[in-house]
Amino acid sequence: MLSGEERREIEMKLTDYPNKQAMSIESMLIVQRHRGWVSDESLRDLSELLGLSVADLDGVATFYNLIRRKPVGRHVALLCDSVSCWIMGCERVRDQLCSSLGTPLGGTTADGRFTLLPIVCLGACDRAPAMMIDGKLHEDLDEQRIEEVLAQYE
Amino acid sequence: MATIFIDNAPRQANPKQNLLHACLSLGYDLPYFCWHPALGSVGACRQCAVKQFRDERDTAGKLVMACMTPAGEGTRISITDVEAAAFRAAVIQGLMQNHPHDCPVCDEGGECHLQDMTVMTGHRSRAYSFGKRTFRNQYLGPLVNHEMNRCIQCQRCVRFYRNYAGGHDLNAFRLRDNVYYGRHEDGILESEFSGNLVEICPTGVFTDATLKRHYTRKWDLQMAPSICVHCGLGCNTTAGERYGALRRVVNRYNHEVNGYFLCDRGRFGYEFVESSLRIRHPLFNGKAAIKREALERFGSILSEGNAIGIGSPRASLEANFALRTLVGSDRFFAGVLDEDLQLLSPMLRILREGPARSASLDDVEHSDAVFVLGEDVINIAPVMALRLRQSVRQAPMRIAAGLHIPEWLDDAVREAVQDAKGPFFIASPYATKLDDIATTTHRAAPDDLARLGFAVAHAIDDTAPKVTGLSPEWDTMIAAISAALLGAQRPLIVSGASCRSRSVIEAAAQIAWALRKAGRPANLSFTTPECNSFGLSLMEPRALSEAFQSIQNEPTSTLIVLENDLFRRAPASEMTAQLRGVQHLVVLDHLVNATTEAAELVLPAGTFAESDGTLVNSEGRAQRFFQALDHSADVQESWRWLREGSVAAGLNNEAQWQSLDDLITAMAAEIPAFRAIPAVAPSRSAVGKIAREPNRYSGRTAMFANISVHEPKPVDDPDSALAFSMESGPEAAPSSLIPFFWAPGWNSIQAVNKFQGEVGGPLRSGDPGVRLIEPSQESGWQYFTAIPPQFKAQPGEWLLVPIFHIFGSEELSRHAQGIAQLLPRPYVALNPVEASLLGAKAGEQIKVVVEGALFELEVALRADLPRGVAGLPTGLPPLDGVMLPAFCKLAPTGAELSARGAS
Amino acid sequence: MEKPLTGNFRADKEAVSLAEYERAGGYQGLRAALLMAPADVTELVKRSNLRGRGGAGFPTGMKWSFVPMGEDAPHPKYLVANADEMEPGTFKDRALMERDPHQLIEGMIVSAYAIDADIGYIFLRGEYERSYERLARAIAEAEARNYLGHNILGSGYSLILHLHMSAGRYICGEETALLNALEGKRAHPRTKPPFPQVSGLWGKPTIVQNVETLCNVHHIVNKGPEWFHGLSKTEDGGTKIYGVSGKVKRPGLWELPMGTPMREILEDHAGGMREGLRFRGVLPGGASTDFLVEEHLDTPMDYGNVQKAGSRLGTGTMVVLDDQTCPVGMVWNLEHFFAQESCGWCTPCWSGLAWTEKILFAMEQGKGSIHDLETLSFQTKFLAPGNTFCAFAPGAVEPLQSALKYFADDFRRHIDEQRCPWRQ
Ligand SMILES: Cc1cc2nc3c(=O)[nH]c(=O)nc-3n(C[C@H](O)[C@H](O)[C@H](O)COP(=O)(O)O)c2cc1C
Ligand code: SF4
Ligand code: FES
Repeated sequence: MLSGEERREIEMKLTDYPNKQAMSIESMLIVQRHRGWVSDESLRDLSELLGLSVADLDGVATFYNLIRRKPVGRHVALLCDSVSCWIMGCERVRDQLCSSLGTPLGGTTADGRFTLLPIVCLGACDRAPAMMIDGKLHEDLDEQRIEEVLAQYE
Repeated sequence: MATIFIDNAPRQANPKQNLLHACLSLGYDLPYFCWHPALGSVGACRQCAVKQFRDERDTAGKLVMACMTPAGEGTRISITDVEAAAFRAAVIQGLMQNHPHDCPVCDEGGECHLQDMTVMTGHRSRAYSFGKRTFRNQYLGPLVNHEMNRCIQCQRCVRFYRNYAGGHDLNAFRLRDNVYYGRHEDGILESEFSGNLVEICPTGVFTDATLKRHYTRKWDLQMAPSICVHCGLGCNTTAGERYGALRRVVNRYNHEVNGYFLCDRGRFGYEFVESSLRIRHPLFNGKAAIKREALERFGSILSEGNAIGIGSPRASLEANFALRTLVGSDRFFAGVLDEDLQLLSPMLRILREGPARSASLDDVEHSDAVFVLGEDVINIAPVMALRLRQSVRQAPMRIAAGLHIPEWLDDAVREAVQDAKGPFFIASPYATKLDDIATTTHRAAPDDLARLGFAVAHAIDDTAPKVTGLSPEWDTMIAAISAALLGAQRPLIVSGASCRSRSVIEAAAQIAWALRKAGRPANLSFTTPECNSFGLSLMEPRALSEAFQSIQNEPTSTLIVLENDLFRRAPASEMTAQLRGVQHLVVLDHLVNATTEAAELVLPAGTFAESDGTLVNSEGRAQRFFQALDHSADVQESWRWLREGSVAAGLNNEAQWQSLDDLITAMAAEIPAFRAIPAVAPSRSAVGKIAREPNRYSGRTAMFANISVHEPKPVDDPDSALAFSMESGPEAAPSSLIPFFWAPGWNSIQAVNKFQGEVGGPLRSGDPGVRLIEPSQESGWQYFTAIPPQFKAQPGEWLLVPIFHIFGSEELSRHAQGIAQLLPRPYVALNPVEASLLGAKAGEQIKVVVEGALFELEVALRADLPRGVAGLPTGLPPLDGVMLPAFCKLAPTGAELSARGAS
Repeated sequence: MEKPLTGNFRADKEAVSLAEYERAGGYQGLRAALLMAPADVTELVKRSNLRGRGGAGFPTGMKWSFVPMGEDAPHPKYLVANADEMEPGTFKDRALMERDPHQLIEGMIVSAYAIDADIGYIFLRGEYERSYERLARAIAEAEARNYLGHNILGSGYSLILHLHMSAGRYICGEETALLNALEGKRAHPRTKPPFPQVSGLWGKPTIVQNVETLCNVHHIVNKGPEWFHGLSKTEDGGTKIYGVSGKVKRPGLWELPMGTPMREILEDHAGGMREGLRFRGVLPGGASTDFLVEEHLDTPMDYGNVQKAGSRLGTGTMVVLDDQTCPVGMVWNLEHFFAQESCGWCTPCWSGLAWTEKILFAMEQGKGSIHDLETLSFQTKFLAPGNTFCAFAPGAVEPLQSALKYFADDFRRHIDEQRCPWRQ
């Protein structure tokens, strides 16, 4: 069941577009902001609300990388692996993050604290390597910075 | 026409087409995948690349996709250009990167477009040495099989399924080299046209799941041109046999009728031929007999005299004519109830004596304003619905034209047009699956639908009788419909027998006639309930009630029932009572049914696959189907049984009707409406031999080696030019006799390109079939004046209307193994408001008393039913003998409700 | 030196407030434009020779002139700001939006006015949450001041501006794929023609323009095309936001005259290579541009000159390759990105990039073969412009084709030594 809040947000945003199809992406992002991911159940609820088939929605969901169809931890860390960050050593950062958190890239920590995902260029190339946690950008990462940053997230 | 230059040769091309289309039409072999004549171009696969040059002096040129480039005047291209050829080979190499190369175990092998194109481009060995992506396949239901690892991402499946057929449950998921075409999760495909994926997919991702159970390679099939027997449209099919069994049915292109597509009932219904209910031997008093015994018996029954015959709307003209000849035309009765005959005959009269022309399905697709009156087209005449779905694109095409977007540039057209749809109105007793394309829909009881139709006609031409007492809301709707029809260039009215209301039929005609009177070239399309409904009516049989009358009057008579389960046409008790007076009941049919069970003598009649014959479809087009199976000794054409019976009885001599052509000649001479029947397909003597077996047919000498090591002599086919062999004469087969589409290098169904004058256009020697009915040129017709009064809901009673199901409502396809898994359970549909008044809930049982019979049925809620109207799935046992529409009483299961009425 | 685009940026990296923006002459361009006929605004932009900053460098005014105008023109018409910025190595639009959001909004209103658009969208990449907040606030402020909305400043012209958050995928930056994404569909590109100017969003006339491009427009209206020419060192008018990332001393962004030589940017502004490192090459305008090397350092960074040098100005944000970084590894990283982001619509792209990426990865793992070089070079031709449905794939193989040329020895060493020489 979609929450009242989710429905309200979706209905408000609907006025930005001439049809409901255009809301397919946005509505899934809204649900995701509330729940961290988009479940099959949410897809069915949205399908009913928007009059689009579940296949329509999932076809879209599986195209875009920022729509998550699997549950995530309390915090989502997106580690940039694109060219500038790669030059600046994002692979080292990745290895350290994985060992610190005890999860491979793409995984969630056992305690559900973090999900660690790769992401393409975050537009922070001059401050590489960079990572984004819950929408907040962390730049100039090195061994020490990583530990400091992680400590900020319960 | 435009002159274009292909490898420096000047050629004539249609400038409205793209270069791929033009090149294929000109006979060039240019590979392609994502393009399809019915779907247009999207430029995704990049397989059709050619070199284009600015002018004669340009030697460098540039690669273009032929499917995305117009064939404009002066266009210069090269197909053979080295760079273009290398690019095309590279595309195949890319497509094959993840392809499993599992042709030996793939159902598509031997008729695979991907195989053909791979050979055409010369790609031979695999350079790619890394792993391939793998997918999990889905269960898509009993009709279509899924093997995603073979996918080459050409987009055709979703483009057909979604854009063309209006489905929603199939989609593309993910991206890069990892696109997945399937459903959101495992489950039965919802579209009535899902089977076309088998032909639309250029490789083996979607294959025929029914074929899989009795698989045979295309090259090992013995094939014959056939006609679908599962509705009145008469779609052309190809039936394929191996080892004496029918293996599958595929589409057979006919530009005027089905084009490239079939519905799932038509494609998968064929399995009834191999059903366990099949009658393979004569039965005498329920016991199997051999043919000779049966004929003796039949002969002696016949020699008693006094035989009468009941014909069939699902048997061929030839079978009906044979029966009519045997019993005499005055003793030949319609195999349908009087009520139904009184729908069919007026429809024919309207189409022959009135000014509006019956539309071919190609006309249907090209109509630019449509009014559907009383029909649930998708469940009654499915392929017409698919064509209607395209018709709403006609008017908006003008938007695209205004933006200089050619019609074939599919995605661009759809983007420019958005949701714009041409005028399309549906007035029916309940919601239909075409409602999504309708401008407006209107639901009412049949009498009110007729009134609506008459009112629209009056709005178009005020000399047509006026309908009084209309609500203002109706007036607006009537104004909108009449204005749209008047404003159209090619308006179409669709109606038919489904409401079982003569008024609805007359109202539909009235609209078309009013339009004609107003100078608009309106067409009229009636659906017919069965594959030869019109054919039977054209024979002008006597009313069925008179047959029963005559049985009552002459208790010693013999009744011969041809391919007809009379128990589907009236309640069992009534029919049993009617047949009680019959001394000898002889039934010819394919499957065991209540009528054959009641018979003294049952003769195993060949199905469409085991016989030849002519059917007249709802357009009025006579089309011939041909035997694909060399049937077993005991099964044979109904007309042969009847002929041999009459010889056995000494009523005729051996010389009569040695072959089908003889019979057809006799029929054409005797019945004026059938004068053109000999022209439906050339006679046996008019053309050389045509092989039913492809020239790669294998195992010919070994197939029956377990029975005898001597290769049997090919069976002679006295009835047609088609031979049960691989040997053909030198001439090309005329289009009505093409047993399968094949051309060198083109083993897939796409080979049809080579048989069309212009790809996507008529077959080169004309589309099969002859129209038997044309509108009258005289202006003597008159408007109908019998306008029914407004429908009034009866207190405590409901008008039960028939609800049609693509799977279930039709008699034969119901027994196909795949389709049998998709039948609905019997139910009674109620409007939720009325259901709650009755205290009935969805899924619970309720008592239904109709025409003296009591049923306990599950309640289904349908908010779309008008007040006072309830629905019953038609044709489904145990409801198949219930004559609808009829008034019924309803009561909760606990309540007292006797068969005579409510307590 | 005049810096119209970044001159107002605050040192604390907060957004320029509406008050500050107005104080610095903000929304004057809009007032000026509203006094002109729309066609005259387009004319000014044409004369300024403003070229698209999103990568392709198409003349902006000319693009606008294809939009149907007048009584019979279809409506609504749309203006879309392409704020998708996903080209690896590119980080200029984010700065413009985060630090001076009103500038983009004013640029959009003036541009929309020129084409008589009714509705505008900012198509913002999903990770740019800070830009989202700041733009959303700025839009609300602009609406409150009637710079946006109904009857803007009493001119009779109305514009609604929506902020649309994307859900990822590089291909959404391609303008027609972007339109599909905005319509809530799978973002594969569309056929051109018809061009979006004629049949774009929901089939209506649409202009898609890069953020940086739009940020220039009202300045041009305000100060004139001549002023705009004067900002530049070459015939391409205006300033350009250049960026440098990689192992230089001071990576960053600078607004400089269009045509500033590459050496000046790399050495004077970015401070040259870090200690102990040598310059080996540079992607001059993001991931999808050809490498340039030492000999090209004096190339003026404008459209024509970078092209003459064998690459593209692209987004003007450079990624520097040093001698301690493996060029094959870098190209693998780039092709990994492209293979991953291919939309899957056309065969050469989805098949070719997947293969390419696998070969490069194998090479880095010490599993390269001499035939791989042929395959790689074959793929660069297979995915050439015109062969694929959109410009994604040709862009994707640009760094590869130039790397094969400039770093041929490095590829050979990987194969000969069956290892990556840069890895221990
Ligand atoms: C694969 C691909 C990605 C692109 N990404 C962007 C992008 O992120 N931002 C952008 O402004 N333009 C991008 N472009 C260019 C746009 O297609 C389009 O040319 C541009 O938005 C037009 O604006 P301009 O003329 O102002 O540059 C991309 C092009 C391609 C082929
Ligand atoms: S080149 Fe083809 S597959 Fe690649 S992004 Fe463009 S359309 Fe998609
Ligand atoms: S058929 Fe032309 S690109 Fe697919």
